[in-house]
Amino acid sequence: MITWTNFLSQLFNGLALGALLALISSGLTIIYGTLGVLNLAHGAMFMLGGYAGYAAWSATGSFLAALAAGTLAVGLLGLIMERVVIRYFYGRPDEDQLLVTFGLSICFVEAIRLIFSSQSLSVQPPAALLGITSLGVMMYPTYRLAVVGICALALFALWFVLFRTRLGMIVRAGIDDAVMVDSLGINVYRVFMVVFAIGAMAAGFAGIVNAPVVSLTPEVGEAILVQTFVVVVIGGVGSFPGAILGGLIAGEIISITSMVNPGYAYVMLFAAMTLVLLVRPRGLLGAQGRA
Amino acid sequence: MRDKKTNPLIPSRRDFIRIGAGAAGSAALPGFIGSAWAEDKPPIGTWPAGTQGDSVFIGISVPRTGTYALQGEDELKGYQLAIEHINAGHPLIKAISPKTTKGVLGKQLKHGVADSAAKPNDAVQAQQRFITENKAIMITGGTSSAVAVALNKLAQREKVIFVCGISGSNDTTGKDCVRYGVRQNFYGETAANAIGPALLKAYGKNRKAAFMTPDYTYGHTVTKSVNEFLTKNGGWTMVTNQVSPLGAPDYSSYLTNIANSGAEILVNVNWGHDAVLSTQQAKQFGLLPKMKLVIPYQIPFLAREVGPEITEGVYAATDFWWTMEDKYPLAKMFVEEFEKKFGYKPEWGAENAYMEFALWAEAVEHAGSFYPPDVIKSYESPRKLQSFVGEVSWRPEDHQLVRPVVIVKGKAKSAMRNKEDYWEVVEVVPGAGLMQKPDAFGCNLGSYT
Repeated sequence: MITWTNFLSQLFNGLALGALLALISSGLTIIYGTLGVLNLAHGAMFMLGGYAGYAAWSATGSFLAALAAGTLAVGLLGLIMERVVIRYFYGRPDEDQLLVTFGLSICFVEAIRLIFSSQSLSVQPPAALLGITSLGVMMYPTYRLAVVGICALALFALWFVLFRTRLGMIVRAGIDDAVMVDSLGINVYRVFMVVFAIGAMAAGFAGIVNAPVVSLTPEVGEAILVQTFVVVVIGGVGSFPGAILGGLIAGEIISITSMVNPGYAYVMLFAAMTLVLLVRPRGLLGAQGRA
Repeated sequence: MRDKKTNPLIPSRRDFIRIGAGAAGSAALPGFIGSAWAEDKPPIGTWPAGTQGDSVFIGISVPRTGTYALQGEDELKGYQLAIEHINAGHPLIKAISPKTTKGVLGKQLKHGVADSAAKPNDAVQAQQRFITENKAIMITGGTSSAVAVALNKLAQREKVIFVCGISGSNDTTGKDCVRYGVRQNFYGETAANAIGPALLKAYGKNRKAAFMTPDYTYGHTVTKSVNEFLTKNGGWTMVTNQVSPLGAPDYSSYLTNIANSGAEILVNVNWGHDAVLSTQQAKQFGLLPKMKLVIPYQIPFLAREVGPEITEGVYAATDFWWTMEDKYPLAKMFVEEFEKKFGYKPEWGAENAYMEFALWAEAVEHAGSFYPPDVIKSYESPRKLQSFVGEVSWRPEDHQLVRPVVIVKGKAKSAMRNKEDYWEVVEVVPGAGLMQKPDAFGCNLGSYT
């Protein structure tokens, strides 16, 4: 049903969905941009953030504790994963990297299924963010409104680290030319480790922020991983601003299309990706030569 | 005798004839048996190869991952309990299949389990393996009608009996029915005919309903059946139908459309985790409890997962709910046995699984043979059968069990007698009056051989 009210509602809905996609995708894209590793376990790490947060939330009842637990636990896991597994794959073919991260994601998902079963779990947002807020044309869940703000803050923090700190400068230099950074005497492998952990933290944080919106199941990361790839391809592989733009575009495409015909929401999303790949293969904001 | 004096190394003429006749006889024997089969029962499917040992094999494919994982796991528990009971000749099985002693026709049941992930291709590959490598004499699976329909076709092609798992589509024993497939749980159409009157009674005529439909055979057929009933008999209007892919990660855009549709009733046909997520998000968006929620085809564990705050007052059509133990002695036995083994009250997925196997055991014992055409004819010969919900019977024309539909209504948290007392049984609607004509959905069973 196409009315102005519905159109505005869906526009806003797309923003909320897009903000979350942007946050998840930014982690994936900086890891790929810097390390050249396409991390297929990113969705599983998103899921683990949710479950770590759930464990903390059910133990303490505090959503802030859940946020901290989800972010730090997955950040730590990222660190361990990089040291124990990923670093041995930097020099190996792409398909090896895909297989090892895919394998890890299966292990993570099944380990969680073993501990928590397949039953859906819910995390309650803080009391102040419960309920529904009126936006004039529409009623919107208060927590989802907050998610837009939380994602914006987190993205700002990521931007700050990447574009306003020495570490960020090295990371960006690494994205452009890792060999050059290495020959300048900077220990590029230590930077890789930090980048992987930051990317993992972004996924974990997104996972726990998303937990009250969805109900947690071991597979919560799988569906989102596909969308995340689409976002990264649309925005430009390795581009942080591209992930944000791609996320918002994907969110709007899903929302606006489903207003006309929900069955075509995903079709349109993939059609948009195809179009981008045809017209601008490196993605909307992707740097030349990295596509 | 003269022969005795001849050289024993040189066979006599008599010996020659005797040995020769024996050799010819033994050579002729397999040929003789073979020709008897050729006239009467030629090998078909995995028969007789799969029945020659002291056990027979069953191929089970349930979703253990994906949107329907939780329901698949519950279904598997039902199968396991049934196999255990059949092999031991448990009194509960004997109540349904009186001729059962231990095992089926004296053979123990062995089984293999594969994860279908609710994907037709995965299920078909797994079952093809069970048929080829394990000579499975019966296969089962479902928890997605898309899988059920695919396995129907496999069963008919391979000539191996398919006892259908959870599947609510009208196609399973309708458009896509096969001679080699049978289904215990009811049509979406049957669910609509059962829950429709309850909805009209509770919510009145001329209401506006929004539907949420998963995008495959189950979703489309159930939505169509429920909508047609309510439109025709109650003057209801479908103001929007939000079709979503299986395993959608978010329902916000669908729910936004529904919020803007002016609907008073939300009919959620989604299933498994999709139902949990869409229902929870409907509450987050304030659609519930403003709109009345209706679940035309019950989802096991829904109430446990979304909580009684959401399911309170919600009508659903289901196969079984454990409080039926108060009225049905077999249900009581089943609930007790299941809870003893697995530590929780069974939901209808487990009940459906147990009943399927129990009724299969009954059909084989009644046939007195594993020979598939005989088993099929046994399913098709009309007789009253016992179940957890009273008397039931197979309908020969479409291989659908004619059985009651249970209408339940969600209890308020304060009214729950224990932590698993989510639903109140409102009505047990007898099956016969709910059934459409066997050929209403174009069922054509196909050949026996």
